[in-house]
Parts: sequence; structure tokens; C-alpha cells
Amino acid sequence: MNVLSGFLQLHIELVYVVVLSIFLGIEVISRVPSVLHTPLMSGANAIHGVVIIGAIIVMGQADPHNVLALSIGMLAVIVGTLNVVGGFVVTDRMLEMFSRKPRK
Amino acid sequence: MDQTILILAYLIGSVTFIIGLKMLSHPETARRGNLVAAAGMGIAILGTIFLYRQSEGGHLHNYGWIFSGLLVGGVIGVVAARRVKMTAMPEMVSMFNGMGGLCAALIAISEFYHLLHFNTTTVQGGFVLGFHIPKGEMVIIILEMIIGSISFSGSMVAFGKLNGKVKDFAFPAQQLVNMSIMAALLILGIYFIWITPHLSGISLEGLSQYIPAISPYVFCAVFVLALSYGILFVLPIGGADMPVVISLLNSCTGIAAACGGFLYNNAVMLTGGILVGSAGGILTVLMCKAMNRSLGNVLLGSFGGGAAAAKTSGGTQGSYKEISVNDAAVVLAYAHKVMIVPGYGLAVAQAQHACHELEKLLEERGVQVKYAIHPVAGRMPGHMNVLLAEADVSYDKLEEMDEANSEFPTADCVLVLGANDVVNPAARKDPSSPIFGMPILEVEQARTVIVNKRSMKPGYAGIENDLFFEPKTSMLFGDAKSVLQQLTSEIKNM
Repeated sequence: MNVLSGFLQLHIELVYVVVLSIFLGIEVISRVPSVLHTPLMSGANAIHGVVIIGAIIVMGQADPHNVLALSIGMLAVIVGTLNVVGGFVVTDRMLEMFSRKPRK
Repeated sequence: MDQTILILAYLIGSVTFIIGLKMLSHPETARRGNLVAAAGMGIAILGTIFLYRQSEGGHLHNYGWIFSGLLVGGVIGVVAARRVKMTAMPEMVSMFNGMGGLCAALIAISEFYHLLHFNTTTVQGGFVLGFHIPKGEMVIIILEMIIGSISFSGSMVAFGKLNGKVKDFAFPAQQLVNMSIMAALLILGIYFIWITPHLSGISLEGLSQYIPAISPYVFCAVFVLALSYGILFVLPIGGADMPVVISLLNSCTGIAAACGGFLYNNAVMLTGGILVGSAGGILTVLMCKAMNRSLGNVLLGSFGGGAAAAKTSGGTQGSYKEISVNDAAVVLAYAHKVMIVPGYGLAVAQAQHACHELEKLLEERGVQVKYAIHPVAGRMPGHMNVLLAEADVSYDKLEEMDEANSEFPTADCVLVLGANDVVNPAARKDPSSPIFGMPILEVEQARTVIVNKRSMKPGYAGIENDLFFEPKTSMLFGDAKSVLQQLTSEIKNM
């Protein structure tokens, strides 16, 4: 109980952000035509690539002489970038095909 | 000053994610929405690289490593995403999702390691922690590691399943094993909270915290257990349910990313992660709804058991009628209205272009052609729309399920291309069928039905389809692409 209250007091703003974001996410998604489900999932997939920021911080704080820490950080940065870049490019490719239609 | 700019950069990032997701949910703005979110991501990343200050106030270092990591990941990402075939899109999404999960898990591992390596000397048989860590933070690290690892290994299995390299695999007492692993993860997680010394608000300078020497090994054990849980949990789930699983894992990775946000007190990671977590959750529920199944039912795989029972009881259901390509071509060419029902078979055969050729040819002859798209046709909701869009099929020819169902009675001929369960009338008529209650395309309302399949093998749900044995149905066996090409050339020669 102490742990929970301590955590809440320390992070109350973040907890608010979490709760509001949950509602926001639900609101935004629940009105999507099923046509867009795949691109949307792919777009959301790219957005959670924001975890790359954590990887950059880990890498940037790692001791330059600690090879193990550097390697783990490096791998994290690579896979995180893959998630972000690949995710956005794939989504764009899917949507490119949609947007071409009406003009034809 | 720097810090103000960084805060603003994060704020812009969070806002673009929300706007991006919102725009992604409308067909006209979707593409711009994606670019908006990508731009926000770019701003947040650049801000972090150049402006982020460590708690001691110093800039980040190891820039060489950071930039080479970004470069390597970026190049591989662009090349992979550019070269992947449209039919392989779901695999690709699963793959990228797994990478995000791995990234989160690696961050958690680094942070844990970071705690220990400050002081490697053991005191009283334990590690002295370099700094005080509240129990809450320890929970977050463990949670991020567990969720990220499950998401990673699960996505990799889903990736393998979708491209056919990994087969469905179930063994007796699998549920029991999965539950035991879950219980073990829970207990070990609590162990970590328990060993983290409690600090009552004020941190006492000079008082060192230490944790048992065995804890790094326990941490490794948690990592391995979480990875195996991901594998075991996805393995028994059938290929047709992979979209649901990927969507769920997508949501999980979002939550893992949000844990990182807590760890670094980083608003953009938190909002981005939670947004995806909740949006992915809703998307998962929507997909389950389209298949009329509960999430628990999909995950626990009770479907597989029911289907096996139905298969054995099914047996012979009479005979089916085969049709030759020539006859099928005649039926199509002299119809007034043809409705095409594309399914997974079309995606596998990459027959979307051939399908569009046939459609154009029929339209030239004055036949009205429409496509009826089931919400879960193909391998992901919307997958068929993406495929047909790639082949330049005009957007207004695609009809969603309800629209299509009201039009089937007016169609002379329905051409089913590699779809099976989504046109199975048992979903409406047979309460004992495992897919009973699933909304389907009621193709049997049309005057004639031509079903193209490679064989009489049942679809993903593993059940027989009565539609194939109806008197108005004719079977046209063969690979969707070659059949469509043959049909096209037959009609051309008429």
C-alpha cells in the first residue's frame, strides 16, 4: 500500500497522462472504417516505436568503456529505429495506394 | 533554455501522434496523418539526441554509436519496407512490432544492469546499488522487460506463422504450462519488489541499499520465461487468428514503451505508448467482434478443439459440382452483374492484378462488377482493400459486408476467389458450428456461385463448407492467379 501511494505521489502527473491517453486512444480508434484497419494498425505500430527515445537515452548514458552496455544499447537503437522507420514507410506505402484511386 | 525546447519538442511529438492517429482514421487524410506522426517522431528523436540532459546535467555521449545505430536501423527499415510485397504486409507489421518489443526489453535490461554495475563489490552476499531506487521503479523495469520480451518472441512466432515457416503446434496440457509460466513470472516479479529495500520518502544519504547476489540470475530467468511465454502463447493459435494476435501484441509493445516513459519521466514515450496501447486494444476487440468471438476464446484456442470435433462429425455431405474454365467464362461473360468475393487464396496467389484484368474485361462487355469485402477477409482487416487498391481497383467498386449482402440477391453470379469461412452458411444456420454467429457474406442469395479454390480442403477454421455442396454452386479448382488468367483469355476469345 505504501509503495502504491508513494508511486502515485511521485508520478501523479504521469498517471493523469496515462488515464487521459487511454480514453483518447479509444475515442480516436472507435470510429475507423474497417478499410483502414490494416494501415491504422501499421501506423500505430510505427508510433510505439517512440520507445527508440529510451534506447537513445540508454546508449547516450552508457559508459564508453563498457562493451556489454554499449552493445546492448546499440542493438536497442538499431531495432528501435527499424520499428520507427520501417513502420512509417510501410504505412505510407499502403496509403499511397489508397490515395492514388480517386484521381483516376 | 535547452530544456524548454526539449519539453516543447516532446509536446509537439505527443500532439502529432494524436492528430496523426485521428487523421489515419479517415481515408482522405490518412496518408498525411502518417506523415504528421512521422514528423513529430523525428522532432522528438532529434530533440532527445541533442538536448537531453542526464540527471547530473551532462549531455548524452556516445554520439558515434547512436548515429551509426540510427543509420543501420534506418537503412534496413527503409529497404525492408520498400521491398516487401503487398501480400506480405501483415508479416512485416508483425516483424516491426517485434523489434519494438525487443527494444523495450533491451532498455529494461540495460537499466537493470545499470543499477548493478555502479558497484560490483558484494557486501553481505549482495550487490550494493549505486543509487536508491524506489520499489515503483523496480516494478516498471521488470514489467517493461516482461511485456517487451513477450511481445518480441510472440511477434516473431506470428511472423513465422504468417509466412508459413512455423506450423500450428499444440501439446497436451499447454494451457497448464502457459499458466504456470505466467504464475512464475508473477512470483518472480513480486520477488523483485520484495528485495528492493523500501525507502520511506526521504532518502537517507550514506545508507546503502543492496539486493541479493542471486538477483541478476533471477532477472535472466525472468527474461527467458517471458520469451518462452510469448512463443508458447502464440504457437497454438491458428493462422486465421494472427491479425488479432498481432493487434494484441502491438498493444503490448505500446504498453512496454509507456513503461519506458515512466522510467525516464518522458512524456512523449508515455503518451505515444499508452495511445497505441489503448488504440491497439480497441482494434483487437473490433477484430474479435468481426469474427464474433471473444478475445479469451481466441487466446485460449478453444476454437481449435471445437473445430477438430466438427471435422470428424462432418464426414460426407454429398457431392459437389465441378465447372470447367470455358463454362465459367461463359457464365461470367453473359451475366448482368457479377460480384467478386476475394479471400486469402487471392492474396496467396498474388492474383489481385489478374483479378483487376478480368474485372476490366467484363466491364468492357457491359457486365457490372462489384467486390464484396468481408471485414476479416485475407489476413488482416482491410488487407483485401489494400491488395485491390494496389491493383488499381477503383475504390467505389468495393462494398462492405452489409452493403454487399443486400446486393447479392440481384447478382447473376458470385465469383468466390479463395475465400471459405467468410462465406460459410453454417455461421447462420448451424448452431453447433464453431463459427456459428460470425457475420458472413451471404453469397448463396445470388443466382449462381462459382467458387475458386485449390482443393476441397477446409479453410482456416478447419470445417466443411456446405456452400460447396449446394446445387447452385460450382467449383473451379486451381490457383487463383492462373484461373483468372485463363478466364480472361477465354472471355477475350469469345
